[in-house]
Amino acid sequence: MNQWEVVIGIETHVQLSTQSKIFSGASTAFGAAPNVQACAVDLALPGVLPVLNKGAVECAIRFGLAVGAQIAPKSVFARKNYFYPDLPKGYQISQFELPVVVGGGVAIQLGQGENAVEKIVELTRAHLEEDAGKSLHEDFHGKSGIDLNRAGTPLLEIVTEPVMRSSAEAVAYARALHALVRWIGICDGNMQEGSFRCDANVSVRRPGQPFGTRREIKNLNSFRFMQQAIDYEVQWQIATIEDGGKIQQATVLFDPDSGETRAMRSKEDAHDYRYFPDPDLLPLVIDRDWVERTRATMPELPTAKRDRFVADYGLSAYDATALTAALEVADFYEAAVAVAGKASAKPCANWVTVDLAARLNKDGKDIGESPVSAAQLGGLVARIADNTISNNIAKKVFEALWNGEGSTADEIIEKQGLKQITDTGAIETLIDEVLAANAAMVAEFRAGKEKAFNALVGQAMKATKGKANPQQVNELLRKKLG
Amino acid sequence: MSLTLEQVRRIAHLARIEVSDAEAQATVGHLNGIFALIEEMQAVDTAGVEPMAHAQDLAQRLRDDRVTESSALEQRAAFQAIAPETESGLYLVPKVIE
Repeated sequence: MNQWEVVIGIETHVQLSTQSKIFSGASTAFGAAPNVQACAVDLALPGVLPVLNKGAVECAIRFGLAVGAQIAPKSVFARKNYFYPDLPKGYQISQFELPVVVGGGVAIQLGQGENAVEKIVELTRAHLEEDAGKSLHEDFHGKSGIDLNRAGTPLLEIVTEPVMRSSAEAVAYARALHALVRWIGICDGNMQEGSFRCDANVSVRRPGQPFGTRREIKNLNSFRFMQQAIDYEVQWQIATIEDGGKIQQATVLFDPDSGETRAMRSKEDAHDYRYFPDPDLLPLVIDRDWVERTRATMPELPTAKRDRFVADYGLSAYDATALTAALEVADFYEAAVAVAGKASAKPCANWVTVDLAARLNKDGKDIGESPVSAAQLGGLVARIADNTISNNIAKKVFEALWNGEGSTADEIIEKQGLKQITDTGAIETLIDEVLAANAAMVAEFRAGKEKAFNALVGQAMKATKGKANPQQVNELLRKKLG
Repeated sequence: MSLTLEQVRRIAHLARIEVSDAEAQATVGHLNGIFALIEEMQAVDTAGVEPMAHAQDLAQRLRDDRVTESSALEQRAAFQAIAPETESGLYLVPKVIE
């Protein structure tokens, strides 16, 4: 059969969350008026010299630790030479032969639920470099406008080995990396603002054969586009080869409107960057001590936290993965469990990943903006656990907390009289009333219609305004009818 | 090792340096002269010697991550006063879109 294997490697430009630029003291804040954050160094005025930002290096160290990579004790900055108006120096300061981070890997989950498997995407390297400015091609009397605010913004370029075998794997990797860089606080992850940009190197081959010729899809700034672009590119390459054609190495762009990838006009010199060590910068030396000090400030990493949630709280791998998708979610969950008690760890997981997630989604809110705090949610779950309220009533109390009708679940339960009725005598009285009022249903049940029983439970629950324990109602009703 | 005229033209193009035929010819000679020197250095046995990235055996000094430059419009105006052409705060250049 005509089987094809897809081979994907990804390069990601991660904009580092520093206050100032990588080689100058200009601000990196997004959205400023054009060129107000472009200082003499960023403009490449004669005589200026770059001075490396310690914060940017710190981010690289954090990343290296997070992916289990080697942090190079000595790395070197190089000049990547090319001419473009948004690069005033005529070269980009990057790292070439000796990058700051070498190796490491990112764990990705493939598949859902029980069938999920983990795969490690190996990294080749990650290196520090500066971003270029922006060219605006609207018509300025036939000229282009240049905004250099972004010039010199610190980037960490993270390069994988060609180990992904489908668009789904590529997207899983991109999502995992996106979550990780936010988790360790080195990038805000804002893809609209360009803080996280992916390039995908895609090729196809017959299994067991050497790698095919690759084409690089540039600037994928959403996960959906990444999936679409790779799927289209793979089909295009297979069709081209099966029609007897050959793949030419090229850089392509994805057009979201047509859903197609198309080659940029090939520049024969594009890859002749004539790298050489930048004489303006000495080697970057990172001693063990600095690495260890940084390690001490690292948060518990997502995979470690996930494993701990499974071990300590008895959660399924699926729940634990959902709760460790973002640090804010994991922190919220643990704060809720701290209040509800460890015995309620599983219900807390359900509340956070299902009810709260759905409610946040409905209002387009982030967990950081949740009107229901972790302590409030924990307090609510505790009242379900001790049978003060049923799960159904809990949803009402949750909504009340969301709307600010009280500061704790207890207050709302008290004020709105939502306490579960557990007094058997009181429930029996209500059931007697229900049976008397629904003689027809009782007759149907006695005639063998099990459905009628459920209807009677429903009537009884209604009579208690949902405040009775459904299981208790069930048992009492059986007893009375039996 | 020596360079061809073709290679010299390519290097000049990559560096965006315009060279006339006569200059290109002369440059082949100059560069090949330098290559002779490099060949002499290449002949030295450097096995076990760490490649040098900088002539000074020092480590890069780092600065703290603080904003020390002005974002004032006056500062931009000062920079743009020496630019050939600007508009709406942008530097204008010959159109570069492909």
